[in-house]
Order: sequence, then structure tokens, then C-alpha cells
Amino acid sequence: MSWIKGLLFGIVGFVIGSGLMLLVGQRRASEPMVTVGYIFFLVAWLLGVGVWDHWARGWFGLENKPTPTFKSHGVARYFAFSTDHKVIGVQYLVTFVALLLLAGALAMVIRLQLLQPTGILDPQTYNTVMSMHGIIMIAVAVAAVIGSLGNYFVPLLIGAEDMAFPRLNALSYWLVPPVAILLVVGSLLPGGFTSGWRVYPPLAERGGISMLLFLIAFLTFGLSSIIGGLNFIVTIIRMRAPGMTWGRLPIFVWSIFCASLLSLIFTQFVATALLMELLDRVVGMAFFAPDQGGGAILYQHIFWFYSHPAVYVMIIPGFGLLMEIVAHFSRKPLFGYKYAVGALLGIVGLSGIVWAHHMFTSGMQDFLTAPFMLSTELISIPTGLVFLVTLGTIWQGKLRLTTPMLFALGFLFNFTIGGLTGIFNADAPTDLQLHNTYWIVGHFHYTIMGGEIFAFLAGIYYWFPKITGRLYSERLGKLHFGIMFVAFNLLYAPMMIAGLYGMNRHVATYPPELNGINMFISIAGFVLGSSFLVFIYNMATALRRGAVAAANPWQLRTLEWQTSSPPPEHNFSYAVRVNGHPYDYGVDDSTHVAPATGAPMPAAAPAAE
Amino acid sequence: MTVAATTLKYQIVNRRLGLWLFMVSESMIFLALLASRFYMQGTNRPAEVNQTLGLIITSILLLSSFTANRAEVAIAHGDRSSFLRLLLTTIGLGLVFLAGVVTIEWPEALHFAPPSTGYGTAFFALTGMHAFHVLTGVFILALAFLKGRRGGYTVDDHWGAEASIVYWHFVDVIWVFVYPTLYLVGS
Ligand SMILES: [Cu+2]
Repeated sequence: MSWIKGLLFGIVGFVIGSGLMLLVGQRRASEPMVTVGYIFFLVAWLLGVGVWDHWARGWFGLENKPTPTFKSHGVARYFAFSTDHKVIGVQYLVTFVALLLLAGALAMVIRLQLLQPTGILDPQTYNTVMSMHGIIMIAVAVAAVIGSLGNYFVPLLIGAEDMAFPRLNALSYWLVPPVAILLVVGSLLPGGFTSGWRVYPPLAERGGISMLLFLIAFLTFGLSSIIGGLNFIVTIIRMRAPGMTWGRLPIFVWSIFCASLLSLIFTQFVATALLMELLDRVVGMAFFAPDQGGGAILYQHIFWFYSHPAVYVMIIPGFGLLMEIVAHFSRKPLFGYKYAVGALLGIVGLSGIVWAHHMFTSGMQDFLTAPFMLSTELISIPTGLVFLVTLGTIWQGKLRLTTPMLFALGFLFNFTIGGLTGIFNADAPTDLQLHNTYWIVGHFHYTIMGGEIFAFLAGIYYWFPKITGRLYSERLGKLHFGIMFVAFNLLYAPMMIAGLYGMNRHVATYPPELNGINMFISIAGFVLGSSFLVFIYNMATALRRGAVAAANPWQLRTLEWQTSSPPPEHNFSYAVRVNGHPYDYGVDDSTHVAPATGAPMPAAAPAAE
Repeated sequence: MTVAATTLKYQIVNRRLGLWLFMVSESMIFLALLASRFYMQGTNRPAEVNQTLGLIITSILLLSSFTANRAEVAIAHGDRSSFLRLLLTTIGLGLVFLAGVVTIEWPEALHFAPPSTGYGTAFFALTGMHAFHVLTGVFILALAFLKGRRGGYTVDDHWGAEASIVYWHFVDVIWVFVYPTLYLVGS
């Protein structure tokens, strides 16, 4: 319902906006007309999906309509404007798993192309496919964990009823569909996307109108992630249950807090960089035109000032999930909790002073190289701490090798390789050779795919029983992990080797002597892709006829397990009071949640081994 | 104190924190644009920049911050008529500022620093981005004015008025950085 109304409103908005531009004398389908039309579309779409009914009426002195409540007709509520953080979490989860699979399918197309030195697609189509894969995966990496698992579980983990700003939360979700619409429409227009997800000028400024759609899609997505970050920060500062001190905060909540700080501050820079490109294109400004007084690599400076911290927006929640899951399934207190928190905050602190390590070959001033090399290598200190904390937690633990635990351990292995190979990119002398080769592609897939996406899957398996109230098949989950982990390493390690042989990225063809290794990579890629079929099958059958999940199927201590599966509308049926550390497994007489006085506990008290 | 009152109070603190975070985030846009001005053009400034006009509109904007502050104090003391009068004055001053930038300064600048030049790019992007924030500020102040006229604010609960006025101060503070960067720095 929301979708249809939103689209209708949006189309009317676009007609009004673009019509206005026609009236002031703009040509049809000109850039100003499309831009203004889209702004009207976006506002009208938001009003249509529910912002008007449930929010904006109040500004004009009218009565707001109530949002659909939790019990209203099952699945339908996921298609409606809802302010319940659990509904929004599921909306994000389904949307972003779908986007992950779409971008994964595009990766299959890329690997199909690279089976042969001169593939099946023409270079322009190839570039569009590659750019689409890139930007969608970036969106997934930035928002999938935070938007879905963060939204669903941060309020539960801190004992809150909901987020601090439930309507803002809904707004940040409903900004996502227009992004997907713009990207899909833009990729089908003649010209397509040619510049990769980073949209460097001058290519991005000279491409056709499809590039304009790409820019405004990216901008809209940035807005969504800023709003989301703000909401998480206020929620975590202000909505914690009594007794939930900063020192007792589950590490996953800390990680969302750190990632939110980064989104709040740094996303504006990429937004500004994209806006500058828009101004150059639409109004004819000279930001990136050095012959007119602009700066040739100004874009890269601003863009990477965001996009390096963005990798921490991606990976910090992954670190959080890693430590969270490893602590629970090692049945031990998290080793060095304070160091873990310090490490996450340290990464936040360093993230803003390393950006130019992406620009060693850009022609920037030479004196910048050494300081950025140094600051980049400093980051390995807090990152190393995260690893020490995880290893210390596993050490002598009573490991339970459940599916989420296996994915977490897979993360640990992959990210170690991703981190070690990163050193060669941080060092300018080696980076000069490696830049723009498949070495880089292999390296960042090891960190983001092998790290964050593994963590995302670990989180989905970990919390699936809580979200759906059903149990999935552990056997199929382990099968998924096994295929994916092996195929992943057979895919990206050879990719780095191909890079060492000089294979360039972003190019539709390659020298024939690299054919063998590319065939190997492609086949591993197809196997990796097919492992997701096991995942989908497992989830689908579990949803339909999985065994009913208990409130706390693994006897864990944190708050989300101390309520029913799925949780009731306001999360807890009793007044939550926290009186201990979340991970003190095996510590005598320790509890995390105080037994409720007055109201009955819905589930068994947390078991201490 | 009733439970409802404490919740309202608690929520207002949440919203205040949210607003401040929003302003921190928003100032990053201006930080990027200000830095770009120096990156592209150093301290280069065309001699034709209209200093008199710059000074006048700056004074008007600073004055509007003062009236906005008095409006907030008035509603916090339950003085609705002063609140409405002062808020209307603020809106008026904001519109005068906007008119000064858009109808006088921009047409002049089009001649000596069109947007296709380095300084012109910085000038139009910064004043344009700021003018956009002034416009949204005026819009929000107008909503607060209408709500105030309906009697929507009380001494304990006038969050909407407070938020619009705090945002207005934010817009003014941004100008305090934009003005010297475009009008005073360099030669
Ligand atoms: Cu980086």
C-alpha cells in the first residue's frame, strides 16, 4: 500500500517539478529538469509512503494518523510505513539481502565476461555492470548490518522499547527504495555507468544523463545513512535501561555507536563531493576543472576523506558481531573488554587522517606520502587489538561450533589475510606497483566480503531464531559455510596473484596468458555464488516449517534472549534492570539481567556455566 | 511531577541532542566547501566584491540572531505576543538577507566572478548552500510562528520554537565563517 501510494505521489511530484523547469525555459530531459524533477519526486514519495499521514500533518496543526500497530495482519506490515524498530529492521534485512543477491548476480556476469580474454560484453556494458556491482555492494556494506541487525537488536540489547526517533528511523529506510529505482533506471539508459562506483571526474561529469542519476542516487543514500547514524547515537546515549552502564554495553552496540559516529560526520563529505560534481554538470561550475581555476584532484581528496572512514562504517559493525558471537559461543567473558572498546574508538579517531593512501599514484604533492603511510600503518594497532581480544576469548573456551560461530571464525581467517595484504597497499613503494591491479580487488574483497559479509551472515544465522521464532537447519547452515569459505579463498587469493602478474582492474579484457588463472577464479566465483542457494533454501524452508524456537535456544546472557522469539511490540513484558556484565559466562553468581520484581520473566533466567 | 512530564522532558533532551548532532553533521558540508575555496584559489579575491553590501547583510543576519534569541526567552516566560512579534521580525530580517544575496549580490557577481571561474565557483557554492539553509530556516521559523499563533507552545513545552531558533543561530554562525572567507580574506 505504502509503495503504491508513494510511487503515485512521486510520479505526480516529478511531473510538477520537471514541469516547473520547463516553464522557466529549460529543455526537455535537460539536467536541471531531471534534477529538480527528482527532488520533487523524492519529497512526494516520502509524503506518499507515510510521512504525510503519520508525521507532517502535525506540523500544520492537523491530527497525525496512527501508524500500523505490531499485530496488524502479519506480512502486510512490512510493506507499510512502520515506526517499530523490529519491522524496520526486517524491512532493511530483506531489502539488503535482495540487493546483495542482485549485486552478487552482477558479479557472476563479470566473472562470465572474464572467463575469456575478450569476453561477451562490449566495454561500455561491462563498465555499467561493474559500476552497478560496485555501488550496490558499497550500499550493502555500509547499510546492511547497521540498518537491519543494528535496528532490530540495538534497542533490544540495551533494554529499550524502541529507537529514540522512531519516525526518523522509518524515514531513513524509505529513502532507500528511490536509490534502487534510480540505479536500475540509470543503468538501462543509453550510456550507462562508465566511471565505477567512485564516480571520479572528469569522466563522471562528461558522461550522459545516466551519470546524473547515479550521482543523485548516491546522494540520497548518503542522506539515509546520516539520519540513521544520528538516530543510533541518540538511542545509545539516552535509551539504555537502568543499570546498562557504558562498561556493560554489549560490544555489538559499541560497534554500532562507533560506526554511527563515522557516518554522521564523514558522510557529508562524500555528499559534498557529489554535489560539487552535480554543480559542475548542472550549473557549469569549475570545481574540478583545473583550467578554469578548480582543482584536478580535489574530488579525490574529499571523496576519500569520506570513503576511507566508510570502510570502517562497514567493518566496525563486523568486528562487533565477531566479538559478540565469539564471546557467546566460547562461553567465556570477552577477553579485555575495555581494550576492545578502546580499539573501536581508536579506529574512529584515526580514520580521518589516512585518506590519501588511496592517492599515492594520483599526482598529489610528494611530501604527503610519508605522513599518510605512517598514519595508515598506525591503524594496525587498534585493529590488532580487536584480533587479540577475539583470540584471547577463544583461548581455552568451551567452543560451540554453531553456524554463526563458524562464520565468525571464517571472518577471523579471511580478515587476517585481508589485513596483511593491506600493508603492501599502505606502503607507497609497493603500492605504486600494485595500484589499479587485481591485487587491490582481491585485498578489499578479503576485508569487506570475507570480513563484513561473513559477519553479516553470522549475524543473520545468530539472530534468525529470534527474528522469526523458527530454527533453521544447522546441517545446511554448515554446508553453506563450508562451500562459501573454501570457494571464497579459491576465488580471491588467485585474484591477488593475477594482480601481481599485472592484470588491471576496471577493464573488460586482459592479456591471453592470464586466461588459465581467470578461468580458475571464475569457476570458484560460480561455486561461491551457488552457496547462496543453500542459504536461501535453508531460510525459506525454516520460515515455512522450521521447528519453533524457544526464547533462548542457546542459553545466552544478553538481553535480546530474555524475551520471547519474536519479541512483543514493546520488546519486554517486564521492567528491565541490568546488574552485571553481558559476557560473564562461568563467573560465580553473576547475572546480566536482574530477575524482574513483580512482573514475570518470559523466559528462563540466563544460565551461567 | 507526573510520569508524563518526566517523559516529555526526557524526550526534549533527546531531541536537543539529535538537533546538535544534526548541526555538527551539517557543518561538515561547509567545512568541505570552505576548504575547497582555499584549495582551489588560495586567498585570491576579486577587487569587485561588494564590501558595503556584504557588511550590511552580515549585520542584518547577526541582528536577526538577537531577535531570535529574545523570541526564545519570551516564549520560555510564557509571553506569547512578544514571541510572535520577535519571531516575525526574525523572519523578516532573514528574508531581507536572502533578498540581498540573491537579488543584488548574485547578479553583480555574475559579471566579475561567474560560476565558471575558480572564485565564482567558491562564491556561488558557499553563498548558495548558505542561502539554502537560510531558506529552510525561514520555513521552519514560519511553521513555529503559525503554531505559536494557534497557541501551540507553553512554558514547559515549546520544543518546536526552540529547535527552529537554535537552527537559526546555527545558520548565522555558519555565515560568520563564510563571510570572512569570501569577503575579507586575501586581496
Ligand atoms: Cu583507505
